[in-house]
Amino acid sequence: MSIRELTAENFDEAVADGTSLVDFWAAWCGPCKMQSPVVDAFAAAHGDVKVCKVNVDEQPALAMRFGIMSIPTLMVFRGGEAVKKTVGLSSLEEIEEMCR
Amino acid sequence: MDGSACDILILGAGPAGISAALTAHARGRSVIVLGADPMGSPLAKAERIGNYPGLAGMSGRQLLSSMLGDLERAGIRRVTGRVTGVMAFGGSFMVSAEQNVYQARTLILAAGARQGEKPLPGEMPLLGKGVSWCATCDGMLYRGKRVAVLSLGGEGEKDAAFLRDIGCEVLYFDPTQAKKAEIKGADRVTAVVCGGAEHPVEGVFVLRDTVAASALLPALPMQDGHIAVDGEMRTGIPGVFAAGDCVGRPYQIARAVGQGNTAALTADGYLKERDK
Repeated sequence: MSIRELTAENFDEAVADGTSLVDFWAAWCGPCKMQSPVVDAFAAAHGDVKVCKVNVDEQPALAMRFGIMSIPTLMVFRGGEAVKKTVGLSSLEEIEEMCR
Repeated sequence: MDGSACDILILGAGPAGISAALTAHARGRSVIVLGADPMGSPLAKAERIGNYPGLAGMSGRQLLSSMLGDLERAGIRRVTGRVTGVMAFGGSFMVSAEQNVYQARTLILAAGARQGEKPLPGEMPLLGKGVSWCATCDGMLYRGKRVAVLSLGGEGEKDAAFLRDIGCEVLYFDPTQAKKAEIKGADRVTAVVCGGAEHPVEGVFVLRDTVAASALLPALPMQDGHIAVDGEMRTGIPGVFAAGDCVGRPYQIARAVGQGNTAALTADGYLKERDK
C-alpha cells in the first residue's frame, strides 16, 4: 500500500477509520532516515494498515497537537483515536506489535 | 546508501577502534570509523605512557596522533560525529550520526569507558518527553522555546550555537555544572535544576560525546556497567563485537589494542561464514 503524506488539512479524514500508523519525521533528522525504510517495509507487508507520514517541519501544528517532542515518533490511530505512541527508533517487529 | 555502506563499522576512534580498523582493512574489509574526536578523550590528556612497549615516553596526544596517521595512510575513512541511533534491519545494521546514516554488515563497539556514566536524575523517564540526546534531530521542535543544554562532553557548545541559530532560547551549562544537574517534570520537562537554582524550560538537550551503547542497543547484554563479551570479543548480539574500555577494566591501551585486533579478526570470520 502506498504511503500517504499528511497535512493539518487532511489528517483527521485520513485516520478516521481503520488502523493507521503515522511516522512523524523531518529531513534534518538522521534517525528518521533509518526509520523510514523500516516503515516502508512494514507498509509493503501490511496492506490492512494505512501507513502515513507527517513532516513535522512543514506541519508544526500537527507536531504540537500530538505533543511531538522528539523524532522519529510513531503513532497508531484506530478509528481516529490515538492509541499508541513510541518515541525513538522502532524495529519492524516493534511496529508490528504496535499495530496488532 | 552511497559511500556510507561498509562491511565493518567501528564506533570509536581510540586505540581499540583504530587497531580494529587497521586489522579489518588488512583483511580486505571495507571499514568506516565513526566517533567523537579522540583528542577530547582522557588518553589525550596523558602526559606520558609508560607501560606500552616501544613508545619511548610518548604522550597520549602523540600516540593518538600517530595512530590516526596510520588510519590516514591506510586510506581508512574516519568520520567525526556523535552516534544517535543503531538499528538492525534486513541482515545489516543502520547507524545514524548527526544527520547522516551509515549501513554496515557488522559493528565493532569501541567507544571507551565513559559510556558507563549514569544518566542524570530525570533523564531516562523524560527522554522523548522534552529530553533529547540530539540537537540536530529535535532542535527544530523547540524553535522559539526556552531550552537547556547540558553539555557533558566537548561538543556541547557547538550544539548550543546551532540551537540559538535556529531560534531557541538557550541556557547553556558546561560539564562541571551539567554533571550535577537534575531534570524535572512529570509528563513532560518543566525545569532543570542546576547550581542551586531551578530554571523553567520546555526542553533539555543532554549532550555527551558518546551515547551509551546500552542506550543505542537496548538488547545488548551488559555486565557490571560494561558490554559483555566472550574471549573473541563477540557481544550477545550476532554481528556486533566490542573492544577496549567499553568491555571492562583494566582501562589500558595495550589491552584495548589487542582486543581491537581480536574483534576485527572475529568480525572478519563472521562475515566469511555468512558469505559461504
